[in-house]
Amino acid sequence: MDELKEVIKNYVSNEYLEPDSDPIDYDTPLISGGIVDSFSMVSLKRFLENKYHIQIPDDKATPEAFDSVNKIAELVKEFVKG
Amino acid sequence: MSNFGDYEDRIRNFSWSLSEQELGYQPGQPINIGAYCSDRICQQGKGDKIALIWEGFSGEKKTYTYNDLRRYSNTFARFLTDSGLKAGDRVCLFMDRMPELYIGFVGILKTGAIAQPLFSAFGEDSLFVRLENAQTSAIFTQKKHVSKVRKIREKLPHLQHIFIVDYDGKSPLQDREEAFSMEGLGGVEDYDVYPTYAESPSVLHYTSGTTGMPKGVQHVHYSLISQYLTAKWVLDLRDDDIYWCTADPGWVTGTSYGIIAPFALGVTQCVLDSGFSAEAWYKFIEKNKVTVWYSAPTAIRSLMKAGDEIIKKFDLSCLRHLASVGEPLNPEAVNWSIRVFGKPFHDTYWQTETGCILITNFPGLPVKPGSMGRPFPGITATVLNPNTHEPYPQPGKIGLIGIKPGWPSMMRGYWQNEEAYKNKFRNGWYLTGDRARLDSDGYFWFVGRDDDIINTGGHLVSPFEVESALLEHLAVAESAVVSKPDPINMEVVKAFVTLKPGYSPSKDMELDIMNFIRKKLSPLAMPQEIEFVELLPKTRSGKIMRRILHAKEWGEDIGDTSTLENE
Repeated sequence: MDELKEVIKNYVSNEYLEPDSDPIDYDTPLISGGIVDSFSMVSLKRFLENKYHIQIPDDKATPEAFDSVNKIAELVKEFVKG
Repeated sequence: MSNFGDYEDRIRNFSWSLSEQELGYQPGQPINIGAYCSDRICQQGKGDKIALIWEGFSGEKKTYTYNDLRRYSNTFARFLTDSGLKAGDRVCLFMDRMPELYIGFVGILKTGAIAQPLFSAFGEDSLFVRLENAQTSAIFTQKKHVSKVRKIREKLPHLQHIFIVDYDGKSPLQDREEAFSMEGLGGVEDYDVYPTYAESPSVLHYTSGTTGMPKGVQHVHYSLISQYLTAKWVLDLRDDDIYWCTADPGWVTGTSYGIIAPFALGVTQCVLDSGFSAEAWYKFIEKNKVTVWYSAPTAIRSLMKAGDEIIKKFDLSCLRHLASVGEPLNPEAVNWSIRVFGKPFHDTYWQTETGCILITNFPGLPVKPGSMGRPFPGITATVLNPNTHEPYPQPGKIGLIGIKPGWPSMMRGYWQNEEAYKNKFRNGWYLTGDRARLDSDGYFWFVGRDDDIINTGGHLVSPFEVESALLEHLAVAESAVVSKPDPINMEVVKAFVTLKPGYSPSKDMELDIMNFIRKKLSPLAMPQEIEFVELLPKTRSGKIMRRILHAKEWGEDIGDTSTLENE
């Protein structure tokens, strides 16, 4: 689980944070905090789907479910087999 | 009883001088939006009234009275003047929805400079073309966004000042950068507002064009006259209202109705600097006792998606009037709002170029769910035959929405692009680029765009701009960008791409291209889907036929393909 969280945190940090932004942790609000907006969420979802060979249904990909690394990790875990 | 009252009465007795009189404006005398939004309200004895309630995503809250707005906007103005900025200079605001964005806008106008707000999610390319085109002299930004400015400043010789509003000293300031702390400097009691006149430029908003790069829409201080009155009559704003406009001031709604109109009316408005969350939004309405709420169909559909159960957790009985802007409001959304809030969202139709609401469902009058409504008094709107540019004599025909020029907030031009401006007029009508039909009651019904521009979540995206950026990706040989239907955003961007030799389509390639566009242009412009193809449909002269791809996405007839090269 921690490895999954690190992968998500690193991806968000590298892709969505500007260089001078404050670093994020597992609980940093991503959507409500304005780091990832609803349009960018599509690319984050696509990354998770590619990386873990899963399909996250649109009705599960809500702003609330993507609002922190912890929440995203929980969501991904639901769909990763085994 | 609404502020608006009876439609026929208002039409019969209308003159824009009604607004001039209420604002105490005498034609020919100076008019400065910044002063009207702050100094004038204080002169009316409302200095202690709250102008702005601001809340950050973590719950941090700040409030500013009209006296604070007056003094801190003076701080901005004094700082700009002392920095050598002059009337007519373009001063950009490139930041999140911080208090400094709202107050700074007012301060810039007080100096006679032109405010140029830009959406803080813009990538470096989007930022560059807009700053270069406007030859912007100064930019206010935050430390989290300054890296984007640093990447392009060498190519911007006119950009002499980069002001960072939240500089914390942790890393050194670089070339042309300076810290600016509004509250650190304190409120400035007196500032001689620059005497702008009706036709003095005020705001420069950039909008997407079909075939060229973004165009700077020039507005003037006289726009206040129609922004004030439309806010009073359409948004039904009253002295005791708590108003929430959810639009970002990077877009015209966020300035015309998120800064200028509410402040000029002396209303208390609130701002939530946070990403979308249904729970956070409802909580914000309940906590601040919002009475008038101006939002967008995309947000409304997202709230619908979040379900009705969540609404029951909040007391939203404070809501008195609801309005929407940005894209057509579907009847389901209107009916949903009647069911869950006990009142309808009122659609309002207007554009960056028009500066104010033109067509709307008026408060206190029957709403036709799904319709755009009727023209505001003083606005002559019609449906034009696209071939002759003459109004259709009978209702029911689909044509172009045309508006007779002449209302106070009509754009005065596109920045350094006279030709594009002239092309917006035919036969004495301003062409909106939108198609609609009129019904026998005089209500307009939106049909679609008359060009390739993509309206995603209420924001216009130029396919040309996205295609140009796509070609900068190492792997992309050619591309065509169209809209595809989306249940929440109405439309989203889709790209058809051919790859250069040596590159293969893959999911990772798709994601790489998506992120490339997101960072270069903006999240809005990022294709939500990329389809890799061997060939793009082209005419025999080599022009990509976007309309064929568009028709396929929308399940429409692809029409005449006789000029198709690879048929």
